[in-house]
Amino acid sequence: MVAEVNEKNIFEIRDLSIYYGKFQAVKRVILNIEAHKITAIIGPSGCGKSTLLRSLNRMNDLITNSWVEGQLLFKGIDIYQKDTDVIELRKRVGMVFQKPNPFPSSVYENVAYGPKIRGVKKKSQLDEIVENALVRADLWKEVKDKLSESGMSLSGGQMQRLCIARSLAQEPEVLLFDEPTSALDPISTANIEDLLQELRKTVTIVIVTHNMQQAARVSDYTAFMYLGEMIEFGDTDMLFVNPQNKLTEEYITGRFG
Amino acid sequence: MAVFDVELSALKERVLKLGSMVETAVRDSVKSLVEKDSDLARKVIERDHLINAHEVKIDEECIRLIALRQPMAKDLRFITTAMKITTDLERMGDLAVNIAERAIELNEEPLLKPFVNIPKMAEITQEMVRDALEAFVRGCTKLPYKVIKRDDEVDDLTVKNFNELLTLMIQNPRIISLAVKRTYIAKYLERIADHATNIAEMVIYMCKGKIIRHISPSEET
Repeated sequence: MVAEVNEKNIFEIRDLSIYYGKFQAVKRVILNIEAHKITAIIGPSGCGKSTLLRSLNRMNDLITNSWVEGQLLFKGIDIYQKDTDVIELRKRVGMVFQKPNPFPSSVYENVAYGPKIRGVKKKSQLDEIVENALVRADLWKEVKDKLSESGMSLSGGQMQRLCIARSLAQEPEVLLFDEPTSALDPISTANIEDLLQELRKTVTIVIVTHNMQQAARVSDYTAFMYLGEMIEFGDTDMLFVNPQNKLTEEYITGRFG
Repeated sequence: MAVFDVELSALKERVLKLGSMVETAVRDSVKSLVEKDSDLARKVIERDHLINAHEVKIDEECIRLIALRQPMAKDLRFITTAMKITTDLERMGDLAVNIAERAIELNEEPLLKPFVNIPKMAEITQEMVRDALEAFVRGCTKLPYKVIKRDDEVDDLTVKNFNELLTLMIQNPRIISLAVKRTYIAKYLERIADHATNIAEMVIYMCKGKIIRHISPSEET
């Protein structure tokens, strides 16, 4: 089914509810994600923000008793239709997790893995993809002389950028970040944040973060969720200076509950 | 109360303390003129450094809170408002010093004509300052709008005062020096009223998150 969409929006979330068994983690959320922008989702633990993020490339499918109601359009097509090619979807909508999780193989193999799986065999072509992805992840200069060393031997910040490079090698249109810097020191965090600004030119970014200052620094739009509901969504500047909803204000000023 | 809330309320107290120091300076400066009390005028001048020191303290406190607390939303608007209105208050203190200086000079000379416009201007101006600070304390009320409206009354009196003195100067050029000093004083009061207006505008920003400076009332929704 192709629904009517605004082309500016790469995702249109329409009345989406997500359940784990009987528990409703996300409640009838309506949200548009604009292409080539950074959208941050904030909210207290258990508010449904990670569940919502993971629904964007159907990562929740991996949780046995999860199910959804409503529509989630990616470029006008509902990704929760039965005939969706989930592998293809996850290639186009990549994900970077909280804890850097490189494969236990070389730096080169970490990045080349995806392209190899999808059938790229020529060494020169693989070399090009690997270099390109590492350059885009701002890691090339640091690892170009140790491509054969283990990905696990890198520092935390470098490992996270390696994971970003691994995703980029798949030429995704969207990258989902779930707390990408919570395990990193401030300098590595700043590197990743700068990288997000650079990546935004070519991919759309959705980031879940507990760090409100990070949401304020990196995002164009911010969504605030509470108890599974979308409480407020708007321009990041506006949301942090003059939120319209009392709950949002209480949360971002640290006076919650 | 959370520690941060205690800090914010202490900041508010400090701004109010500065406000009351400035109110006293303005009141005494006008009194020193109308009552020909040069000793009082000298006191206003002497006490100005206390106002300046207090302003610096508030600025430092605001910067500290921004750095350590990274305030958001209404807290951010409150702290930036405190910082800006402190500058306005300090400038009012300087203008009170200017009035006191002119008062000392004029008190040495014979009275040109009884003071009529200046006490009236001083009264309105002081009310504006008081109301602007009251608005800052009470937050979202209609009070800041009242302050902004009253600025026109002070402006009108400044013009009236100037025209009257101009007539006297034309009639008798020997009094020009004295008359000019009296127009200065009116101008100082008019500037104080402008600063009170700035404070009122910042209070509206603090409440609504909307900057209304340099917007005509008809544009404001």
